[in-house]
Amino acid sequence: MNSLLRHKGWTWGFRTTILLYFVVLIVLPILGVYYNSFSLGFSTFIEAVSDPIAWKSVLLTLKLAVIATVINVLLGTMIAWVLIRYRFPGKALLNSLVDLPFALPTAVGGLMILLLLGPGSLIGRLAERLGFEIVFHQPAIVIAMIFVTFPFVIRAVQPLLEELDPSEEEAAYTMGARSSRVFRRVILPSMAPGMISGGMLAFSRALAEFGAVVLVAGNIPGRTLVSSVFIFGEVESDNPVGAAAVSVILLTLSFLILWLINLLQMRGRRS
Amino acid sequence: MRKLWIILTYLVFILLIAAPLGKMATEAFSDGFSGFWASLSRPEALHALMMTGFVVVVVTLLNTLFGIMLALYLVRANWLGKRLKGLLNSIVDLPYAVSPVIGGLMIVLLLGPDSALGALFEQIGVNIVYAFPGMVIATLFVTFPLMVREVMPVLQEIGSQQEEAASTLGAYGWTTFWKVTWPSIRWAVIYGVILTVARSLGEFGAVLVVSGNIMNKTQTATTLVYQDVENFNVTAAGGVALVLAAFSAGLLLLMEWSKRRKGVH
Amino acid sequence: MHVEVRGLNKHFGDFHAVKDVNFGITKGHLIGLLGPSGGGKTSILRMLAGLETPDSGEIIFHGKTVNNLPPQEREIGFVFQNYALFKHMTVYENIAFGLKVKKANKNTIRDRVTELVELTGLKGFEKRYPHQLSGGQRQRVAFARALAPEPQLLLLDEPFAAIDAKIRQELRSWLRELIERVGITSIFVTHDQDEAIEVADEIMIINQGRLEQKGTPWDIYKEPKTPFVATFIGESTLIESASELKGFNNAGGGKPTKALIRPEYIEVGHLNEFKMASATEQGVVKHLHFRGSEWLVEVEVNGHKLVTYRSLEKETLTPGQEISVLVHRAYLFNDDRSWIQENGLKEDPMPVFI
Repeated sequence: MNSLLRHKGWTWGFRTTILLYFVVLIVLPILGVYYNSFSLGFSTFIEAVSDPIAWKSVLLTLKLAVIATVINVLLGTMIAWVLIRYRFPGKALLNSLVDLPFALPTAVGGLMILLLLGPGSLIGRLAERLGFEIVFHQPAIVIAMIFVTFPFVIRAVQPLLEELDPSEEEAAYTMGARSSRVFRRVILPSMAPGMISGGMLAFSRALAEFGAVVLVAGNIPGRTLVSSVFIFGEVESDNPVGAAAVSVILLTLSFLILWLINLLQMRGRRS
Repeated sequence: MRKLWIILTYLVFILLIAAPLGKMATEAFSDGFSGFWASLSRPEALHALMMTGFVVVVVTLLNTLFGIMLALYLVRANWLGKRLKGLLNSIVDLPYAVSPVIGGLMIVLLLGPDSALGALFEQIGVNIVYAFPGMVIATLFVTFPLMVREVMPVLQEIGSQQEEAASTLGAYGWTTFWKVTWPSIRWAVIYGVILTVARSLGEFGAVLVVSGNIMNKTQTATTLVYQDVENFNVTAAGGVALVLAAFSAGLLLLMEWSKRRKGVH
Repeated sequence: MHVEVRGLNKHFGDFHAVKDVNFGITKGHLIGLLGPSGGGKTSILRMLAGLETPDSGEIIFHGKTVNNLPPQEREIGFVFQNYALFKHMTVYENIAFGLKVKKANKNTIRDRVTELVELTGLKGFEKRYPHQLSGGQRQRVAFARALAPEPQLLLLDEPFAAIDAKIRQELRSWLRELIERVGITSIFVTHDQDEAIEVADEIMIINQGRLEQKGTPWDIYKEPKTPFVATFIGESTLIESASELKGFNNAGGGKPTKALIRPEYIEVGHLNEFKMASATEQGVVKHLHFRGSEWLVEVEVNGHKLVTYRSLEKETLTPGQEISVLVHRAYLFNDDRSWIQENGLKEDPMPVFI
């Protein structure tokens, strides 16, 4: 029994307020989106989703998010490794810089990428001369996604590497294993859970990203229009049902991922 | 081998973080300090920064209060069934999975002028969507898990025994909270506050949808940056963005500091 | 304070943690709640404190039902297993907490805390924080903190569980003395029978949520009322069929009866060492363990393994040696009843071997 919440009289009011706040702020809006997208019948939902601009935006988002996630898992694992295992000047600074994309407003992140890679910039001009197009094309979206999801994999892998008992590695070496083998058999398996859960978090964040992407993507339907920007456009053009339909798909995907992560973490805790 | 990895790491940081930051700073000052100052002293920029400030203050206050209370309930209360607690616990994380744009859309759908609730509020003369309350609600939605998730593990770790001990010594709820629980969760709360400030300062998608981005009325700093870019006024955007980035960097330093304090106590 | 408990029940989900427990405690007594872990002892203690709510039953302090009183109003002191000291407060602040909450005046608080600090031997440590203290010192602080508001009933949950074996002994006698001096009714939970026997005036044995037996340590040792109590207190060997033992052939009157035999109920030696040779049986020494002050001897008799002690003063036995064994008495039980029976072939009243 909790001594803290026992103050008579107040108790009931407090409990109701808190739970109501919770339900009204979180649960009701989510249900509202599902309700709205199906409010005009299932066929309207299908119609809204089968609009080529809509489903192409979803597919494009998925494709780009997968690319961004793969790159992020590779880069993130490497950086986590370097930041934990090696000692070098500037290490502490880099370690705190990891969180900067979390702290920075996403719109600012988008602007930064736009300025760096934009048509007037050095890199932009260089790429143009080589025949690449970055800003307002798909590479820019991937870069924006990588930028905003940058910390996830690093922060998921670091604690696992820190916990890894060096004696396990040493034992493998004393048994004559070569370092590539030790890496594959000892180090990689212990980093894998972090790579997976960090990767999934990054993926779901990349799916949802709006601020950074909207500034650097050209938002051309079917080519550079991702779903979150599509939803925004639908809201702007006063078509909330169409927005809700795509939202439902995106939401369901994200919840699925969240649920998977929870499942993974629970399994990890048990073993 | 080792050198190669370290160099690669530096390269990633430089390309992905340092270069964009530096580029933005030079852009903001491309017309000198006066240009930077001019972009900031525009009336709409001042208003947008003020709006952001208001949202941050209100959201941080509400989110801190409710976050602490909810964390207490989710960890301690046994009047909630175990299963219900588990369900509520997983719902806390949902805003993480919701795209901010969708978060904003939810509020438009629920409280917008076309909805039943919105019409009701309009009749009594309160505008929610395209006004300050809607922006606060949208930001609250997005920041909701931050405080709860910081405080909950600490409460779990310290356990309820100290609180029980206080109750057997005659202390009631309020005294117990301030004298016994608060000192233990203090640093987690501070960390949560910093996270909430950072998130509400930078919130863009949800606020953009809900606020309608009306200049000198509902425009915040981030949505002003967006509008400036849309209007090809990149230098002005850079100025405002640089201010936001400076705040974020400051918050990041605070985060590092409070994380260290959190570990000590 | 006089404590009475009637028909106490507690469920945690589907688990029936406390089953219809009844007892009364005389004012000023020190009671040990003894039993295996997870048996419901701590639940009973927490219900007395008001930290858990009973599903049914009554808790009566001083003739007044306190079921609906919150812990704050029960006038109890509670010492937690891990002490639950307030880690942000110094020793002084910890002890003063209960008095400050009750808004006692400053001088009273200072005097009382000083008195308790001296009583618990914590002088000089007042300004330290809990993490700067040893386990034994923390225990003393917890104890002083619980006593400070002058409670009527002191409840202690496994007070020595987290302390090194060496210091535990010392703390036990210290606690016993202190409680006697303060004269407060106290109940402590323990799973350690030595601790309960040594410290308590009375022991209540709790198993699977039931109160198995209540009595003085000596009574419980001498006359266990249930097979569980007999196995739990002291060491013993279980013999599935008591009638196979010499001298207990008619045990239970033909009903299948089991026997519990304590080491001190058994005597081993050469035939000429016994007065009543006819009551002995032949056995073989299986193992010898040196126990510091005596030998622990394992002998096999009729396929039953029995355990006993043998003085170092007597001739040393060797494994494999044939030897005479006398079972003086046994604790017998079957489905109907349980009782203690002396060896039927023994005529002379033997000296008590306990």
